Amino acid sequence: MQSRSLPYLLLLPATLFLLVFFVYPFTLVAWQAFATDEGELTTKYFTKMVSHWKFDKALTYTLLLALVVVPIQLALSLLMASFVSNMKRGRDIILYIWTIPLGISDLAAGLIWLAIFEQTGFLNSILYSTGVIEQPITFLSYQNKGVIFLAVVLAEIWRATAIMLVILVAGIGLIPKEYYEAAQVYGANTWQRFTKITLPLLKPSLQTALILRVILAFEVFAVVAALGGTNLPVLMGEVYNRQFVLQDSHTAAAFAMLILIISIISTVFFMWSLRTPKGASL
Amino acid sequence: MSTAPNMVVGQSRAARWAFNGSVIILCLWVLVPIYLLLSNALSSPSAVTAFPKSIVPSFDTESVEFFLFFNGVGKALWSSVQVAFLTMVMSILIGAPAGYALSRFDFRGKNLFRILVLMTRAFPLPLLALPMAIMFIKVGLDDTVFGLAIVHTTLALPFAVLITFSLFSGIPIELEEAAWTLGCNRFQAFMKVIFPLVLPGIAASAIFAFVVSWNEVFAAAVLTIEHRTLPAFLLQSLDDAPLHLKFAGGAVLVLPALIFIFFVRKYLFAMWGIANR
Repeated sequence: MQSRSLPYLLLLPATLFLLVFFVYPFTLVAWQAFATDEGELTTKYFTKMVSHWKFDKALTYTLLLALVVVPIQLALSLLMASFVSNMKRGRDIILYIWTIPLGISDLAAGLIWLAIFEQTGFLNSILYSTGVIEQPITFLSYQNKGVIFLAVVLAEIWRATAIMLVILVAGIGLIPKEYYEAAQVYGANTWQRFTKITLPLLKPSLQTALILRVILAFEVFAVVAALGGTNLPVLMGEVYNRQFVLQDSHTAAAFAMLILIISIISTVFFMWSLRTPKGASL
Repeated sequence: MSTAPNMVVGQSRAARWAFNGSVIILCLWVLVPIYLLLSNALSSPSAVTAFPKSIVPSFDTESVEFFLFFNGVGKALWSSVQVAFLTMVMSILIGAPAGYALSRFDFRGKNLFRILVLMTRAFPLPLLALPMAIMFIKVGLDDTVFGLAIVHTTLALPFAVLITFSLFSGIPIELEEAAWTLGCNRFQAFMKVIFPLVLPGIAASAIFAFVVSWNEVFAAAVLTIEHRTLPAFLLQSLDDAPLHLKFAGGAVLVLPALIFIFFVRKYLFAMWGIANR
């Protein structure tokens, strides 16, 4: 059989698909953001974006959410991954339970936490039944932006820690057990083994997990929509408003470019800061 | 696992209690919120808005019935299933051959393709909905199930490639070679020897593609009006829908995903493990 052309033939559909529906569309977004319908280059859509009164808030909330959520998730997923790798019995069932949120839509996650935080929700009910409050509190109103933010943070931690956990568990599985045995022989304690063996050898996995997670954090949308409505503006929500509600696809594209740019900056940052020196990989 | 990594659980009772206790708390942290949503969905509308609310559902199908017969829900459910099914078929048909090629051949440009696949991870893919909206209007695919399935396939394809790559890599090439020496051609050898072995994994990868599409909100909400999927429908009724409709809808959205993830749990690690390298 013509073995030399076969691999290219097999790759052709996937390559074409990604070029037409992934690479090309992203160049189109850039064009939409920088050019008018008549094809003139302009920065007016960016000016329009920046001068909108919600712009500062949307940008701040999006970045702040990522800044608060991701470090907590990193610590939590490291802890959970360590637990899992120490388990003798019940490892599979625990791992299944912890990865359940991976299959749950961000919108559904928002609704789940809405059931807890809404006015007749479970949090109010419990506080009332235990006598902490006299009457239900409207947690998710525009006067309580802090509470909305907190609810979104909790929902995001609940929903998206699993993706980091899976990557880290897969990564820990690749570290040879002999390293730990050797460290134990030389008297390293638990914490030393964690910081001197696990963390350094887990660097590639940590990198992947952080890159993926931070990009997802910049895309936060449905959770916020379910919990905060328009009270907590985020970048992706603004893209949606521009594109779908206001039919202003140029400014929507400008917002999209902004998300793209901060995503690329964060990816480059993690590629650089967590790089593995040549020859040091497993 | 006597030499397990990291915080080895000491022999002391206190340490073991702390360990087990933390594991149980983390399990509850995941499970309780899901229970609360399902409890809401299984309560009557009046129980949903009652205060203080009972932790135990009133076991009433009124909310779910109200949701299922609500104007537009049936249609949205059907659109969701169609889009997810198309996504599943397309990502496997396009992704599996690529996974096979990556696992079996060394050729020029292999790395370039890998980079292309991995690059999809570094981009906020739902944003693709914007340019696609314009592209689709030009070719008449706007507001169609097929158009949305294309965007969802872009989300699911990298996973399909990586899972099938790890599946095929796990099967020794000698098996295939034995079939060739026994007179099979390449295609027959693949169908008779390799395909039955990878079928469960392919099914898992297909299910995963289904879930990716089933859950996607942003692109669905931007690209469809008449053919709204369930998440798009729910998103757009957030402002005016009564609470019991939201919760019943949320539950309908969650349940299939819960079941599906159970079946693919074994493969989750294979695909992320590979993604690291």
